[in-house]
Amino acid sequence: MNPRLRWRKFVSNFMLTLTGVCAVVTVSVLFFILGYLVFHGGTSISWNFFTKLPAPVGETGGGMANAILGSAKLLLLASLLGVPIGFFGAIYLAEFSGSTMAFVVRYAADLLNGVPSIVIGIFAYGLVVLPFKHFSTLAGGFALGLMMIPITLRSTEEFLRAVPDALREGAMALGASKWKTIATIIVPAAYRGILTAILLAFARVAGETAPLLFTAFGNRFWSPGWNQPTASLPVMIFTYAIAPYEDWHRQAWAAGLVLLGLILVINIVARAILSRGIAVPRA
Amino acid sequence: MNRLVATTTTTAPSAGPVAGSRTFLSRLNKGDEIARLITLLFAVSVVLVTLLLVFELWQGSALPRHKFGFNFFRTSVWDPIFDQFGALPFIYGTLVTAAVSLLIAVPLGIGAAIFLAELAPARVSDTLEFFIDLLAAVPSVIYGLLGVFIVIPLMREYIQPGLKNSLGFLPFFQGPAYGVGFLTAGIVLAIMVIPYIISVSREVLLSVPRDQREAALALGSTRWEATWKVVVPFARAGIFGSIFLALARALGETMAVTMVIGNTPAISASLFSPGYSIAAVIANEFTEATGDLYLQSLIELGLVLFLLTFILNGLARLLIVATSQKGSGTGRA
Repeated sequence: MNPRLRWRKFVSNFMLTLTGVCAVVTVSVLFFILGYLVFHGGTSISWNFFTKLPAPVGETGGGMANAILGSAKLLLLASLLGVPIGFFGAIYLAEFSGSTMAFVVRYAADLLNGVPSIVIGIFAYGLVVLPFKHFSTLAGGFALGLMMIPITLRSTEEFLRAVPDALREGAMALGASKWKTIATIIVPAAYRGILTAILLAFARVAGETAPLLFTAFGNRFWSPGWNQPTASLPVMIFTYAIAPYEDWHRQAWAAGLVLLGLILVINIVARAILSRGIAVPRA
Repeated sequence: MNRLVATTTTTAPSAGPVAGSRTFLSRLNKGDEIARLITLLFAVSVVLVTLLLVFELWQGSALPRHKFGFNFFRTSVWDPIFDQFGALPFIYGTLVTAAVSLLIAVPLGIGAAIFLAELAPARVSDTLEFFIDLLAAVPSVIYGLLGVFIVIPLMREYIQPGLKNSLGFLPFFQGPAYGVGFLTAGIVLAIMVIPYIISVSREVLLSVPRDQREAALALGSTRWEATWKVVVPFARAGIFGSIFLALARALGETMAVTMVIGNTPAISASLFSPGYSIAAVIANEFTEATGDLYLQSLIELGLVLFLLTFILNGLARLLIVATSQKGSGTGRA
């Protein structure tokens, strides 16, 4: 083997090994994050964390019960806004629309998807907080729901489009009207994909912090109704992490573990639903 | 095709011999019309919301746009007490942290994408891609949490002193090691955007036709040469697309940056010094902004951020679409 060839082979092996190292390093970051959170959060998590209100500043102990409930309420509102608009909008795009309208809607959705989350917060502030004159669960839910729309819309549309035309034609040949075809044939055929899309959108906004800072704001107590400022897990993590109290740091780790656990579980479930065989083969 | 079927049913003029069947038909068609209108309403609301967002950002920032004009971007005094607002330090911080993050994330991300697309067996590749998708799902506040308690101490104790000792003659690595600052924010951002680069680049690389690889190998190139000189250039536009996507993410990222950048509106050549970014200043000061001009200046910063990410995302999409259309083959050599 001449030296030139030997050198080229060496470079080839070296660089290919290096790409492998890149991949391993990146993936190991995930396990590092998980391990660190489990280690730190696991030791600070307790029953109190889920059941108690935050302790007054300066005292140790207490929990984040209000933030957990606040997050749940915010996510419920977000889903009520984001899922219907995303779902029905996607049906319009996949089944009814002409190409111009579809382009406009898709373009708007992609644009909305790319908007930094902090800007969504500004928007929700101007649209909901200012008219009502105070921070509220409503405003936070609106901001999060807004972020769910484009994710749900675009992936649902894709899964609806993956339903083969033969199914549509078959239904119509049997005399079904269009809406009946959609409701009884097309949506059921794509339901796994649609469920995955909704779950992923949910997981994405569950961890969003920036849009909540000046919409849901924060609260150290329970937030009755929908029109009061409310605590939420992500914002609590932020406030507690940058605060100077050791005990708050401990609780931030616990909250981080709970939040990340929830998000990863939803992600894994969503992907499992999809990979258990899509009901429809790609056309 | 199905649309054709639908229209023929709707326009069939009194095809049924019995009157009852005609009303039945028209009722069905009405149902379709209602379904179309309802779904149209939802679809249009997406467009309306987006327009409203742009309108509100524009309208909400009228005061500083008129008062400061272009000086808003050129001056660096940010003084709410005297109503002086110049955004230069924030723009600088945003750009510098994004640049640092790309310097780290691009080589790592593309390297990993090459491994996943070209080298790893399909099973391994899919498994790793699954983990990388999970990594992309980790919320930014968690990255911030780890940044505050792991990266900052690490930077202060080891990395910054180390860099100062070895590369201290460069202006980038001078000054006291606070731990927080541009470099720390850039590193945390890099970790956050790598998954986007990997996922998109991998897809693009996989869409390069198989014969490109085979031709290169047949001409006697090594595996790496085939990859680096043939496959990667073929997928170049898409890879750039993934980088733009990552850049847009990095510019708009709020929480993690706010927690580690130091929140000091200063411009400094040293990457060790604390700074500020557009998103971070909005996050920190929006709720305490007193006075219309102050609040509207923050909204104008939001508008800047919006426009930057809008342009970058558009470019990214164009590039990615162009590449995946160019090579439709799914191939591994």
